Amino acid sequence: MVPLEWYIGLSAVIFVMGAIGFMIRRNLIIMLVCVELMLNATNISLIAFSHYLQDLRGQIFAIFIITVAAAEAAIGLAILVVLVRNKGAVHTTEITEMKG
Amino acid sequence: MLPVIAFTYFAISMTVLSALVITRKNPVHSVLFMLALFFHIAALYLFLNAEFLAAVQVVLYAGAVLVLFLFVITMLNLRWEAAYEPFIEEWPISLAVGLSLLLLVFFTTMNFVKGPVGQYTIEAIKSETNTKILGRILYTEYLFPFEIASLILLIAIVGAMVLAKKK
Repeated sequence: MVPLEWYIGLSAVIFVMGAIGFMIRRNLIIMLVCVELMLNATNISLIAFSHYLQDLRGQIFAIFIITVAAAEAAIGLAILVVLVRNKGAVHTTEITEMKG
Repeated sequence: MLPVIAFTYFAISMTVLSALVITRKNPVHSVLFMLALFFHIAALYLFLNAEFLAAVQVVLYAGAVLVLFLFVITMLNLRWEAAYEPFIEEWPISLAVGLSLLLLVFFTTMNFVKGPVGQYTIEAIKSETNTKILGRILYTEYLFPFEIASLILLIAIVGAMVLAKKK
């Protein structure tokens, strides 16, 4: 049996990679992809806890997180489509209208 | 011995895949590596006795959210993106911040106290299937969050349609 700390470590590594990717990329589509990566990392952690503490609330919480992540991905991509229609670019260097 | 070998394979492959996801220049490549990562995550859920969530992960995440991403990428049809630099100039700072967060999590994991053990042992779950017990809990004890989740999905559908509509 694999100890619980390994699952938490794996979830932390994937979460930190998603956070680093969100901070260093300039393409808005890849930034949304990194948000999905972070949400999946928390799901891994929740389901690992649910298995090791023999409680099913972790899996229920993970179902709701998947639901909210799907809804948020849909709305984020709709906003992206409108942005490209108005600005013509998904690169954050082009979107500088509010820059001081 | 075998679970340890399998978990080591999953850990290494998931780390490599997520590193590939965040560093590819082409967004289609990035999304396809994320697809491989989602399949690995679903297999990991099978190791953790969460069969329903493994199926939901494949059908929903790999089958719906990723397809939505691919549709948007092909619809936007951005070809001049290739001329840009993929990373920002200050990327070592983000790397340092991320690694310090990872260090924080490692120090926390070493001395944390697990909570009380619940009543759903693996034998109790295997006697009726995982899906049946999850359905029973979801519809009796967590009915209110379930209805709110349906409202969230409704708002997402209506919002996405209203936002992306042409005038």
